[in-house]
Amino acid sequence: MSLATLKRQNHTLGSPEGQMEQLDDVESINIQSFTSRLVEIGLFPLKPTRIDILQINVGKMCNQVCKHCHVDAGPDRKEIMTRETMHQCLEAVANSSIKTIDLTGGAPEMNPNFRWFVEELSALGKEIIVRCNLTIILANPTYNDLPEFFKKHRIHVVSSLPYFSARRTDAQRGEGVFEKSIRALEMLNAVGYGKTDSSLQLDLVYNPSGAFLPGDQAGLEQEFKNKLKDGYNIEFNSLLAITNLPVSRFLEYLVNSGNYEMYMSELANAFNPSAAMGVMCRSTVSVGWDGYLYDCDFNQMLELKVKAPDHISQFDLTDLTNREIILNQHCYGCTAGAGSSCGGTLTE
Amino acid sequence: MESTYYNREDLKKFGDISTFQKKLGDKFFDYYDSVFEEGALTAREKSLIALAVAHAIQCPYCIDAYTSGCLSKGADEEQMMEAVHVSAAIRGGASLVHGVQMMDQVNEKLM
Repeated sequence: MSLATLKRQNHTLGSPEGQMEQLDDVESINIQSFTSRLVEIGLFPLKPTRIDILQINVGKMCNQVCKHCHVDAGPDRKEIMTRETMHQCLEAVANSSIKTIDLTGGAPEMNPNFRWFVEELSALGKEIIVRCNLTIILANPTYNDLPEFFKKHRIHVVSSLPYFSARRTDAQRGEGVFEKSIRALEMLNAVGYGKTDSSLQLDLVYNPSGAFLPGDQAGLEQEFKNKLKDGYNIEFNSLLAITNLPVSRFLEYLVNSGNYEMYMSELANAFNPSAAMGVMCRSTVSVGWDGYLYDCDFNQMLELKVKAPDHISQFDLTDLTNREIILNQHCYGCTAGAGSSCGGTLTE
Repeated sequence: MESTYYNREDLKKFGDISTFQKKLGDKFFDYYDSVFEEGALTAREKSLIALAVAHAIQCPYCIDAYTSGCLSKGADEEQMMEAVHVSAAIRGGASLVHGVQMMDQVNEKLM
């Protein structure tokens, strides 16, 4: 199964303007605006607490075209971070209080400067997360040694596996993805990732394969651990349950399947003030492939640049910590139920 | 507006039953929430039981609610359909076991 990206289709919801028009309209779906909800609980304007994570999107190119992808990533996307922009990222974080660098894409490994960038970040002593889609490890022989490379730099690997069966995983991520993901997990386990006697961290990301919210993270983690161990002898550390946000391809899916109104109501009804207090945009800054800065990866895809000097070449943690975070209805995805972030749920 | 006995929108208004009798409504929902908490049974197992019961009592609201509930809690399609078969087996068995009553009657009435 090969899908074209929304951009390639010239789809209305492939553009930030088309998505914002859809998200701005709260009246036709009869929900309260996210901003007014934050006003009610005294959290508006929303500002950062302490920024210690820099999430860097090194490019939109990917070997997969997942149906829910908020990046609209795929093989035809050519937006790739240059080495010059990577140098600017390194300068920005070198003497800063940023502790963690979270590398994402696309498939970040497809950036030709990926390994050089990781080596430079590693030399700075930063904790490095790589959001690896698993199948990239098997996509080409030049990627087969990625598990060893990750191990060498003690990368924290975070990988999407939406379900422990082929049917639901392949329906979301493409035919054959589940089987390849299992083989890639075996390769990661083989070098020590996810093993109980190892400190190499391998986390899996669960996100629902449709228009429903994720359940309890701990319960899902136990179920994944049992099924993957019993069925495939796979081990991992933690399961991060992430809510799908109505952005890009998942938004298009919701609208086209007639689930948009129901899903948005469900998100809005599940608004949790405790989760709102801890949303990831309060501790993270997101960098786009071209060096522009955003409140999060979702605002990046909506091209909502930060309300502060907005390029990595102007990186100033004081200005960024004092900024006002840009909000819209997609933010309900991070505050529903137990909350959601790139690190999983936000509350117990 | 289409007039039907069942309206999907009514599910969202379930909480409104407390409007006419708040005390009993509140007690019911407190109890309901407690029933579905993690306990000796997991929340997922309880959702699967609820899905089976929903089919037994043929409540369309409950079927919608617990289909979503089962998906959210990580149940897979096989588990959900097996739960429906449990419901079907019990309903079918409940009819068939009365066949013994029929047979007893037959044996009493026939020479």
